Amino acid sequence: MTDVLFVLFAVVALGGAAGVVLGRSPVASLLFMVATLASVAGIFVLLEAHFLAAVQVMVYAGAIMVLFLFVIMLLNLGHDYRADLKFGLWSLLALSVSGLTGGLLWTFLADPVPAGALGGAAASAIDAAVAEKGAVGAIADPLFTDYVVAFELTGLLLLVAIVAAVVLAKPRSGEEQEC
Amino acid sequence: MLTYALPLSAALFAIGTLGVVVRRNAIVMFLCIELQLNAVNLAFVALSRQVGIEGQLFVFFVMTVAAAEAAVGLAIIIAVFRHQRTVQVDRFNLLRW
Repeated sequence: MTDVLFVLFAVVALGGAAGVVLGRSPVASLLFMVATLASVAGIFVLLEAHFLAAVQVMVYAGAIMVLFLFVIMLLNLGHDYRADLKFGLWSLLALSVSGLTGGLLWTFLADPVPAGALGGAAASAIDAAVAEKGAVGAIADPLFTDYVVAFELTGLLLLVAIVAAVVLAKPRSGEEQEC
Repeated sequence: MLTYALPLSAALFAIGTLGVVVRRNAIVMFLCIELQLNAVNLAFVALSRQVGIEGQLFVFFVMTVAAAEAAVGLAIIIAVFRHQRTVQVDRFNLLRW
Protein backbone atom coordinates (compact mmCIF):
# COMPACT_ATOMS: atom_id res chain seq x y z
CA MET A 1 0.00 0.00 0.00
CA THR A 2 2.70 2.52 0.98
CA ASP A 3 4.74 1.50 -2.04
CA VAL A 4 1.80 2.16 -4.36
CA LEU A 5 1.22 5.55 -2.71
CA PHE A 6 4.92 6.35 -2.92
CA VAL A 7 5.03 5.62 -6.65
CA LEU A 8 1.89 7.72 -7.17
CA PHE A 9 3.31 10.70 -5.24
CA ALA A 10 6.69 10.35 -6.94
CA VAL A 11 5.11 10.36 -10.41
CA VAL A 12 3.01 13.44 -9.56
CA ALA A 13 6.06 15.19 -8.07
CA LEU A 14 8.24 14.52 -11.12
CA GLY A 15 5.45 15.42 -13.55
CA GLY A 16 4.77 18.64 -11.67
CA ALA A 17 8.48 19.49 -11.67
CA ALA A 18 8.61 18.95 -15.45
CA GLY A 19 5.52 21.16 -15.75
CA VAL A 20 7.24 23.93 -13.78
CA VAL A 21 10.13 23.95 -16.24
CA LEU A 22 8.01 23.60 -19.38
CA GLY A 23 4.92 25.63 -18.40
CA ARG A 24 4.30 28.48 -20.82
CA SER A 25 2.60 30.91 -18.47
CA PRO A 26 4.06 31.70 -15.03
CA VAL A 27 0.68 30.89 -13.46
CA ALA A 28 0.73 27.39 -15.01
CA SER A 29 4.26 26.85 -13.69
CA LEU A 30 3.10 27.94 -10.26
CA LEU A 31 0.15 25.56 -10.20
CA PHE A 32 2.40 22.68 -11.28
CA MET A 33 4.69 23.68 -8.43
CA VAL A 34 1.79 23.46 -5.96
CA ALA A 35 1.09 19.90 -7.20
CA THR A 36 4.75 19.00 -6.69
CA LEU A 37 4.82 20.48 -3.18
CA ALA A 38 1.61 18.67 -2.20
CA SER A 39 2.92 15.30 -3.37
CA VAL A 40 6.26 15.87 -1.62
CA ALA A 41 4.15 16.52 1.51
CA GLY A 42 2.49 13.15 0.88
CA ILE A 43 5.92 11.51 0.73
CA PHE A 44 6.76 13.24 4.04
CA VAL A 45 3.70 11.52 5.54
CA LEU A 46 4.90 8.17 4.18
CA LEU A 47 8.27 8.85 5.83
CA GLU A 48 6.48 9.44 9.17
CA ALA A 49 7.20 13.21 9.25
CA HIS A 50 3.61 14.28 9.81
CA PHE A 51 4.30 17.72 11.27
CA LEU A 52 6.61 18.65 8.40
CA ALA A 53 3.98 17.49 5.91
CA ALA A 54 1.46 19.88 7.50
CA VAL A 55 4.01 22.72 7.54
CA GLN A 56 4.89 21.99 3.92
CA VAL A 57 1.26 22.34 2.83
CA MET A 58 0.54 25.41 4.96
CA VAL A 59 3.76 27.41 4.62
CA TYR A 60 5.08 26.30 1.23
CA ALA A 61 2.02 25.45 -0.85
CA GLY A 62 -0.05 28.01 1.03
CA ALA A 63 1.92 31.10 1.97
CA ILE A 64 4.98 31.15 -0.29
CA MET A 65 3.13 30.12 -3.45
CA VAL A 66 0.43 32.74 -2.76
CA LEU A 67 3.23 35.30 -2.43
CA PHE A 68 4.49 34.29 -5.88
CA LEU A 69 0.94 34.46 -7.25
CA PHE A 70 0.46 37.94 -5.78
CA VAL A 71 3.62 39.16 -7.51
CA ILE A 72 2.56 37.61 -10.84
CA MET A 73 -0.81 39.35 -10.58
CA LEU A 74 0.69 42.62 -9.33
CA LEU A 75 3.07 42.78 -12.29
CA ASN A 76 0.30 41.55 -14.62
CA LEU A 77 2.34 38.65 -16.02
CA GLY A 78 -0.50 36.13 -16.11
CA HIS A 79 -0.82 36.26 -19.90
CA ASP A 80 2.89 36.36 -20.59
CA TYR A 81 2.89 33.58 -23.16
CA ARG A 82 6.15 34.37 -24.92
CA ALA A 83 8.25 31.24 -25.23
CA ASP A 84 11.18 31.93 -22.95
CA LEU A 85 12.97 28.61 -23.08
CA LYS A 86 16.53 29.00 -24.24
CA PHE A 87 17.27 26.53 -27.03
CA GLY A 88 20.33 25.42 -28.98
CA LEU A 89 23.62 25.57 -27.14
CA TRP A 90 21.84 26.65 -23.96
CA SER A 91 19.67 23.56 -23.72
CA LEU A 92 22.71 21.37 -24.35
CA LEU A 93 24.55 23.13 -21.54
CA ALA A 94 21.50 22.92 -19.27
CA LEU A 95 20.99 19.21 -19.92
CA SER A 96 24.64 18.44 -19.23
CA VAL A 97 24.67 20.56 -16.05
CA SER A 98 21.51 19.03 -14.63
CA GLY A 99 22.47 15.55 -15.79
CA LEU A 100 25.82 15.84 -14.05
CA THR A 101 24.21 17.20 -10.87
CA GLY A 102 21.51 14.55 -10.85
CA GLY A 103 23.88 11.71 -11.65
CA LEU A 104 26.32 12.81 -8.97
CA LEU A 105 23.57 13.07 -6.37
CA TRP A 106 22.13 9.77 -7.51
CA THR A 107 25.40 7.91 -6.95
CA PHE A 108 25.96 9.61 -3.60
CA LEU A 109 22.42 9.17 -2.32
CA ALA A 110 21.41 5.78 -3.73
CA ASP A 111 24.49 3.79 -2.73
CA PRO A 112 25.09 3.85 1.02
CA VAL A 113 21.51 3.38 2.24
CA PRO A 114 20.55 -0.13 3.25
CA ALA A 115 17.11 -1.28 2.19
CA GLY A 116 15.71 -1.82 5.68
CA ALA A 117 16.70 1.63 6.97
CA LEU A 118 13.10 2.59 7.69
CA GLY A 119 13.21 0.26 10.69
CA GLY A 120 16.70 1.25 11.93
CA ALA A 121 17.67 2.47 15.41
CA ALA A 122 17.20 6.17 14.59
CA ALA A 123 13.83 5.44 13.02
CA SER A 124 12.57 3.60 16.08
CA ALA A 125 13.87 6.45 18.29
CA ILE A 126 11.84 8.93 16.23
CA ASP A 127 8.77 6.70 16.39
CA ALA A 128 9.13 6.41 20.18
CA ALA A 129 9.45 10.20 20.53
CA VAL A 130 6.36 10.72 18.35
CA ALA A 131 4.41 8.18 20.38
CA GLU A 132 5.47 9.85 23.64
CA LYS A 133 5.23 13.56 22.83
CA GLY A 134 3.12 13.70 19.69
CA ALA A 135 4.17 14.71 16.17
CA VAL A 136 4.72 18.37 17.13
CA GLY A 137 6.40 17.71 20.47
CA ALA A 138 8.92 15.31 18.97
CA ILE A 139 10.28 18.16 16.83
CA ALA A 140 9.66 21.00 19.29
CA ASP A 141 11.60 19.37 22.12
CA PRO A 142 15.05 19.41 20.46
CA LEU A 143 14.19 22.64 18.64
CA PHE A 144 13.73 24.56 21.90
CA THR A 145 16.58 22.91 23.82
CA ASP A 146 19.58 21.90 21.71
CA TYR A 147 18.89 24.16 18.73
CA VAL A 148 17.35 27.17 20.45
CA VAL A 149 20.10 29.57 19.31
CA ALA A 150 19.58 28.59 15.66
CA PHE A 151 15.84 28.94 16.17
CA GLU A 152 16.18 32.48 17.53
CA LEU A 153 18.54 33.35 14.67
CA THR A 154 15.90 32.26 12.14
CA GLY A 155 13.55 34.75 13.82
CA LEU A 156 16.17 37.46 13.29
CA LEU A 157 16.60 36.32 9.67
CA LEU A 158 12.88 36.67 9.03
CA LEU A 159 12.88 40.17 10.56
CA VAL A 160 15.77 41.23 8.32
CA ALA A 161 14.01 39.71 5.30
CA ILE A 162 10.78 41.60 6.04
CA VAL A 163 12.60 44.93 6.42
CA ALA A 164 14.63 44.27 3.25
CA ALA A 165 11.53 43.33 1.25
CA VAL A 166 9.70 46.50 2.32
CA VAL A 167 12.71 48.73 1.57
CA LEU A 168 13.33 47.11 -1.84
CA ALA A 169 9.73 47.02 -3.04
CA LYS A 170 8.82 50.53 -1.88
CA PRO A 171 9.21 53.16 -4.63
CA ARG A 172 11.73 55.83 -3.72
CA SER A 173 10.33 59.28 -3.03
CA GLY A 174 10.15 61.31 -6.22
CA GLU A 175 9.76 58.22 -8.39
CA GLU A 176 6.47 57.93 -10.24
CA GLN A 177 4.20 55.16 -8.93
CA GLU A 178 3.12 53.08 -11.90
CA CYS A 179 2.88 49.58 -10.52
CA MET B 1 11.06 3.18 0.23
CA LEU B 2 13.90 5.25 1.67
CA THR B 3 16.16 3.98 -1.09
CA TYR B 4 13.71 5.37 -3.65
CA ALA B 5 13.12 8.68 -1.82
CA LEU B 6 16.76 9.70 -2.21
CA PRO B 7 16.97 9.13 -6.00
CA LEU B 8 13.62 10.97 -6.29
CA SER B 9 15.18 13.88 -4.42
CA ALA B 10 18.18 13.80 -6.79
CA ALA B 11 15.85 13.82 -9.81
CA LEU B 12 13.83 16.75 -8.46
CA PHE B 13 17.04 18.69 -7.77
CA ALA B 14 18.27 18.03 -11.31
CA ILE B 15 14.97 19.21 -12.82
CA GLY B 16 15.20 22.35 -10.68
CA THR B 17 18.74 23.00 -11.92
CA LEU B 18 17.58 22.49 -15.50
CA GLY B 19 14.81 25.03 -14.96
CA VAL B 20 17.12 27.67 -13.50
CA VAL B 21 19.48 27.37 -16.47
CA VAL B 22 16.92 27.08 -19.26
CA ARG B 23 14.21 29.62 -18.38
CA ARG B 24 14.36 33.37 -18.88
CA ASN B 25 11.39 34.38 -16.74
CA ALA B 26 12.77 35.50 -13.37
CA ILE B 27 9.72 34.31 -11.43
CA VAL B 28 9.89 30.82 -12.95
CA MET B 29 13.61 30.73 -12.15
CA PHE B 30 12.70 31.49 -8.53
CA LEU B 31 10.13 28.69 -8.59
CA CYS B 32 12.82 26.30 -9.80
CA ILE B 33 15.11 27.38 -6.95
CA GLU B 34 12.25 26.57 -4.56
CA LEU B 35 12.04 23.18 -6.27
CA GLN B 36 15.73 22.59 -5.54
CA LEU B 37 15.25 23.56 -1.89
CA ASN B 38 12.32 21.17 -1.69
CA ALA B 39 14.38 18.32 -3.15
CA VAL B 40 16.96 18.93 -0.42
CA ASN B 41 14.16 18.87 2.17
CA LEU B 42 13.05 15.50 0.86
CA ALA B 43 16.58 14.14 1.22
CA PHE B 44 16.78 15.51 4.77
CA VAL B 45 13.49 13.89 5.80
CA ALA B 46 14.39 10.57 4.19
CA LEU B 47 17.80 10.49 5.90
CA SER B 48 16.28 11.45 9.26
CA ARG B 49 14.91 7.91 9.36
CA GLN B 50 18.51 6.76 9.50
CA VAL B 51 20.40 9.52 11.29
CA GLY B 52 17.91 10.99 13.77
CA ILE B 53 15.34 13.72 14.35
CA GLU B 54 17.90 16.44 13.45
CA GLY B 55 17.13 15.87 9.79
CA GLN B 56 13.55 17.03 10.33
CA LEU B 57 14.75 20.07 12.33
CA PHE B 58 16.99 21.12 9.46
CA VAL B 59 14.00 20.98 7.11
CA PHE B 60 12.38 23.51 9.41
CA PHE B 61 15.34 25.88 9.04
CA VAL B 62 15.51 25.34 5.27
CA MET B 63 11.83 26.32 5.01
CA THR B 64 12.50 29.53 6.96
CA VAL B 65 15.40 30.42 4.68
CA ALA B 66 13.23 29.65 1.64
CA ALA B 67 10.53 32.01 2.90
CA ALA B 68 13.06 34.80 3.52
CA GLU B 69 14.65 34.19 0.12
CA ALA B 70 11.28 34.32 -1.64
CA ALA B 71 10.32 37.57 0.08
CA VAL B 72 13.59 39.37 -0.72
CA GLY B 73 13.85 37.90 -4.24
CA LEU B 74 10.32 38.89 -5.20
CA ALA B 75 10.93 42.39 -3.81
CA ILE B 76 14.03 42.63 -6.03
CA ILE B 77 11.97 41.44 -9.02
CA ILE B 78 9.35 44.14 -8.32
CA ALA B 79 12.06 46.80 -8.00
CA VAL B 80 13.69 45.75 -11.28
CA PHE B 81 10.32 45.49 -13.05
CA ARG B 82 9.66 49.11 -12.11
CA HIS B 83 12.64 50.19 -14.22
CA GLN B 84 12.69 47.63 -17.03
CA ARG B 85 8.96 46.83 -17.43
CA THR B 86 9.82 43.14 -17.84
CA VAL B 87 10.92 40.12 -15.82
CA GLN B 88 12.85 38.44 -18.64
CA VAL B 89 16.37 38.15 -17.25
CA ASP B 90 18.08 38.65 -20.61
CA ARG B 91 16.58 42.16 -20.73
CA PHE B 92 18.04 43.08 -17.35
CA ASN B 93 20.98 45.40 -17.94
CA LEU B 94 21.02 47.43 -14.74
CA LEU B 95 24.63 46.61 -13.97
CA ARG B 96 25.86 46.75 -17.58
CA TRP B 97 27.85 49.84 -18.57
